[in-house]
Amino acid sequence: MTAVTTPEVSDLAAAVAGASAVVPIGAGTHREVGGPVPIGTEVRAPAGIVGYDPAELTITAGAGTTIAALSEALDSAGQMCPLDPRDEAATLGGVIATGLSGYRRLRYGPVRDAVLEVRLVTADGNLVRGGAPVVKNVTGYDLPRLLVGSLGTLAVIAQATLRCRPRPATTAWATVDAPPHFVRERIFSPSTLLWDGASTHVLLEGDARDVDVQLTAIGATGVDHGPSWPDGGHRGRISVRPGAIVDLGRALDAIDGCRWIAEGGVGTVHVATDTVDALIAARVAAHAAGGWLLREAGGHGLDGFGRDLPDREIARRLKDAFDPTGKLSPGRLPL
Amino acid sequence: MCFPRAAHEVAAAVRVARRHRRPFVARGSGTGLAGGATPVDDPLVIVTTRLNRVLDVDATERVAWVEPGVLNLDLSRSVAHLGLHYAPDPSSQQACTIGGNVATNAGGPHCLAYGVTAAHVLAVETVLPDGSVTVFGGLEPDQPGFDLRGCFVGSEGTMGIATRIAVRLTPDPPTIATMLLDFMSIEAAGAAVTGIIAGGIVPAALEMMDGQITRAVEDFVGAGYPRDAEAVLLVELDGLADGVAAQVEAVTRIGREHGARTVRVAANDAERALLWKGRKSAFGAIARIAPDYYLHDAVVPRTRLVEVLKRVYEIAGTHDLTMMNVFHAGDGNLHPLIAFDRRTPGVWERVYDAGTQILETCIAVGGVLSGEHGVGLEKRDLMPLMFTPEDLAAQAWMCDAFDPDGASNPGKVLPRGSRCGEIARLNAAATA
Repeated sequence: MTAVTTPEVSDLAAAVAGASAVVPIGAGTHREVGGPVPIGTEVRAPAGIVGYDPAELTITAGAGTTIAALSEALDSAGQMCPLDPRDEAATLGGVIATGLSGYRRLRYGPVRDAVLEVRLVTADGNLVRGGAPVVKNVTGYDLPRLLVGSLGTLAVIAQATLRCRPRPATTAWATVDAPPHFVRERIFSPSTLLWDGASTHVLLEGDARDVDVQLTAIGATGVDHGPSWPDGGHRGRISVRPGAIVDLGRALDAIDGCRWIAEGGVGTVHVATDTVDALIAARVAAHAAGGWLLREAGGHGLDGFGRDLPDREIARRLKDAFDPTGKLSPGRLPL
Repeated sequence: MCFPRAAHEVAAAVRVARRHRRPFVARGSGTGLAGGATPVDDPLVIVTTRLNRVLDVDATERVAWVEPGVLNLDLSRSVAHLGLHYAPDPSSQQACTIGGNVATNAGGPHCLAYGVTAAHVLAVETVLPDGSVTVFGGLEPDQPGFDLRGCFVGSEGTMGIATRIAVRLTPDPPTIATMLLDFMSIEAAGAAVTGIIAGGIVPAALEMMDGQITRAVEDFVGAGYPRDAEAVLLVELDGLADGVAAQVEAVTRIGREHGARTVRVAANDAERALLWKGRKSAFGAIARIAPDYYLHDAVVPRTRLVEVLKRVYEIAGTHDLTMMNVFHAGDGNLHPLIAFDRRTPGVWERVYDAGTQILETCIAVGGVLSGEHGVGLEKRDLMPLMFTPEDLAAQAWMCDAFDPDGASNPGKVLPRGSRCGEIARLNAAATA
């Protein structure tokens, strides 16, 4: 299938309305997340900053805008949107559609809390707005939250408005040879606590003197870089109760060729392996710990979620209402 | 009307209602201002106030499971000894329930920095409109598939009834500074708010009160608010000591640049509590001015605050109404309050007309109909001001997926005729 380049929302709407199977695509960095890669006419959302008033602490951009471009615009005004995708080439639409939160979620919250407004193209090519570009809004049903993590199966995201934050004055990483809950009791509001089975890698952000005081409290010295992310041909992301990560980490260590790092206080565990079998073993360990593993990349032949979607009847009704002919990202969610 | 004491009794009540072809509506303390819990279409009213236990607190994971009838402030009090609290703090927090907070996605002063209810609810055990029980969300960070928990929070009781709720608990900040700045004009105070946010400071709370309400509160509470100011800002900064100190300095400077007459920093916890008592008593203090009031709830972009406030007072003037403003300025959440006496002939028409004009003004600058109270019955028919028929259809798809028959709190949020269930019921009535 050929990609249709769509610089305008109206073109995107026409492309969606005219195709019998539609696959929204951004940079392709999240292409393999979840269920099988769907087949159909690839459509792209417009790229570029639509509106940014730093005094408002919100930014509006086409869904095809890369996170790198978004960060550059925010950086110029000393602000940030800590979405932190693994690859900054990822697009805003891709980050929202997969709903994968960044490693600073502990402090700044998940992707779903950052999206204030979405502009969508529905399956029949209508333009629909959900939410509003203000920081507080309870007017009607929360369409933006429904779209976060919907993997392109309900509508095509054309544009979004995000909440921004002032960039912290100082940033420091530190390593403590203790589990994350031990560190968490001793400091206030760390940005992340990454546990590798032996050490907790702490990210502190804020006033320089406060960062120093916190470092002293945990008996650590600051460094410039955090740990490296687990890499491999097969990747997954485990969601588990935060209190279960230390035991789960031990189980993952017992799997040959399984590399992992866990977000303390959050319960996300990033896993990478060299073989599909090792990723399957990681999934078994996740289930034993009461969690589940999302296939992020590789893992060919492996089911995307490894378990039934909860409340499938409601999910099915949502899908049928938004996409009656089943044309949007067919097969990507096991509905 | 029924008063269940356990989750299974809620499910039984819903099934009884459905068997008798009656809709149902959940009701907590009834503090909502948009009529979200007002019975429409002769429903069974299921009151949740006796489901009022804090079931489990996990201080390490910072999570509490509570029943929906637990009062907001009681939850924070019950975990205070652990150095934790529940962050969303609506002005009605002494009386409102967590279940009602979930239904309206409630806010409060401290939601500026900490986020509204949706950011603090991890899981919701729900009795669905067919009487079955499920759990939306969970203690793990993500769920496969659609974010049904995210859809449910803020759905104003139209997707079922929450029977157990897992909420996130927030550690108490090590340092808190509460400041009071006073101004000789509303415009100056509004410009200071915009200046603070633009200066890269997101306070824990940033509240504004105009001169009239400030004087009423001062008569009522004696919080030490200046009686001759035309506006005051209550600013709370929290976090670690040095960062807070730097922010206090910055807010002082920005305030002075915008004409702040005095800048006072609460010296101790007692003074801090007194400043907040003034703010949280504002609505009670209105009784000193007029017997009735109509409170609005709209949000505008923060950079448009000054012009919108000006327009709001103009609208009050042309309608010959007393207007006061006490609101969450930091997130642009206006609460224009019209004080009146219902015995005055023709006053209701003027109050209603002024209110509609205020909302239209807010929408015209890119704002919204409700920041924290919800749509309910009150703003249901105003939804087309903000949304196109296509936008509303997409919202109806969400609601219909949870409640295909329109049995859960019917007649709320969306204008009549928007939902499938309503059409089905009308057809049934026509053929009966």
